[in-house]
Amino acid sequence: MSTITADPRLASRASTRARRAVRRGRYLGKAGVLVLSVLLVVWTIVPIYNMVLISLEPEGDVFTDHLWPKVPSVESFLGVMTEGHWYLEHFWRQFANSLYLGAMVTFLTLLFGSLTSFSIGRMRIRHGWLVSNCALLTYVIPASFLAIPFYRIMQNYGLANNLWSVIAALVAFATPYAIFVFQEYGRSIPIEVDESARIDGASPFQIYRRIYLPLMAPALVAVGTYALLLAWNEFLYQFLLLSTKSSMTVPVALAQFLNSDQSPWNYMMATAIVYALPPVAIYYAFRRRMTAGLTMGGVKG
Amino acid sequence: MNSVSVADVGRPALRWHTFSRSLRGGLKGGEYTWAVAFVVPYLAVFVTFVAYPVVYGLWMGSEPSLYRDLFTDPIYQSTVVNTVLYLALGVNVKMFLALLLSGFFMRPGRWMKVLLLIFVLPWAVPQISVFISIHWMLNGEWGFLNNALYTLFRVEGPFWLNDRWMALGSVIASHIWKWTPFWTLILLAGRMAIPLEIRDTARVDGATGVRGFVHITFPLLANLYLISTLLSTIFLLGDFNAVYFISGGGPADSTHVLATLGIRDAFDLAQPRLGVAAVMSALPLVVPLVIVLMRKLRTTEVQL
Repeated sequence: MSTITADPRLASRASTRARRAVRRGRYLGKAGVLVLSVLLVVWTIVPIYNMVLISLEPEGDVFTDHLWPKVPSVESFLGVMTEGHWYLEHFWRQFANSLYLGAMVTFLTLLFGSLTSFSIGRMRIRHGWLVSNCALLTYVIPASFLAIPFYRIMQNYGLANNLWSVIAALVAFATPYAIFVFQEYGRSIPIEVDESARIDGASPFQIYRRIYLPLMAPALVAVGTYALLLAWNEFLYQFLLLSTKSSMTVPVALAQFLNSDQSPWNYMMATAIVYALPPVAIYYAFRRRMTAGLTMGGVKG
Repeated sequence: MNSVSVADVGRPALRWHTFSRSLRGGLKGGEYTWAVAFVVPYLAVFVTFVAYPVVYGLWMGSEPSLYRDLFTDPIYQSTVVNTVLYLALGVNVKMFLALLLSGFFMRPGRWMKVLLLIFVLPWAVPQISVFISIHWMLNGEWGFLNNALYTLFRVEGPFWLNDRWMALGSVIASHIWKWTPFWTLILLAGRMAIPLEIRDTARVDGATGVRGFVHITFPLLANLYLISTLLSTIFLLGDFNAVYFISGGGPADSTHVLATLGIRDAFDLAQPRLGVAAVMSALPLVVPLVIVLMRKLRTTEVQL
């Protein structure tokens, strides 16, 4: 009898204890997630915060020890906008160079990449796999390893100090990725579409222009974003190949002052932020498309 | 006589015909011209700006005496150690973090999405901007890091970039900072691609938490993880910016990696052949990696 009466009580006590343990576990889990989130945010933000902090310091106040600007000043940003500092003399020219570089690399990568993948993937040109292998090989060679011979060759061609030498290098290294993604994406478009157009008398160029490109629009956006960000992120080739003030791009100009003693740090950081704005905006605008591009064709492991 | 000559003339023509048709792969004349015309621009770019520099580089670095000079150079020796450390730690810590974080970001909820948006910021910001910022942040006297350490904890931080190991550590940490988000997104996409039924079935069968990860998730992600690791190794080997901007190879040229040493030899010391040799000395590592990667990338459908 007594055992029977005691049992439910014990059982209920045990179950409340268990429930409490579960709840405690859940709280601990939530606390863990919170702590991890805060750590991640701090870790991610600090270098970017540092950039903003220094850019907001008034001139000469960079060498201080506070963690936020006491008197935030946009002086340095105004300086960048108006080229109002000796180090920023050619800023807009250099920014235009960067833009031109990015635009040309994007355009040519998309053009060459789509033409090649159309020929290999849709027209099934014989020995197309050879071209794919060239692309694959390029993709897995570190670009910086080719910088020295590339520089020599450009010197021989008389293309040193010419933006087109950098464009050529970046197109050569960005197109393989474009070819992969286009071919992978193109598989989702039935080949019958091309064939019926062919029967209707469309020339290959018309099929490419009128059918292939419109259907490939999502992949074009993904790869275009990739190529633009690649050009915007690249430094070594621009640094080696562009050396005059009017031919250089923003990264090269920025790097010039890195190791000088009187670096105008607030101006440098303001420049760095202005330079970082376009890719961040583009990234967040095309984020979904880009992530889709990274995994296009499915990461089927 | 006549018939023989006809046969003589006819045969090669016939052979040429079939040969050219096999070359065209079933495309009709005009179409074949188009198809070739479409491939030519890329092939021209490849030959002029990739294949030719590769051959030129191999030729520049083909003298054995270069390697004798190189291997006896103490800076080169420390560079090799740095490169190995940079590769071993940079790649593996980053990939492991990315693997764990991709699991973390699988959690449901709006906050996770917001957090992910913040977390990918390092990837979206150009390298040059952030690496310059990190360089100044690590300044021993005026840098933000030491200011923060002192203000918050009253700890006098070290001169991060004045010591070889701390400078190298800073470079590696910066690399991890910049590239973990990218690989997290890749692995996150890989996890998302695992069909829901598999995860649900596994959960019903009691494979949750660590066991679910070890027995279900990881085996399915293993191939992707391997390819990502190999690709990341290649990318890291060619990485110039992190070292150049953050430690500048210093103090006293002690934190160079092969990519920056090559450029230093070629342009600061005006010995381009030595620079090429420095880079070429990585070939015993690069060639097997490239072969394995090319096989893997061709046979599996993983694309990055």
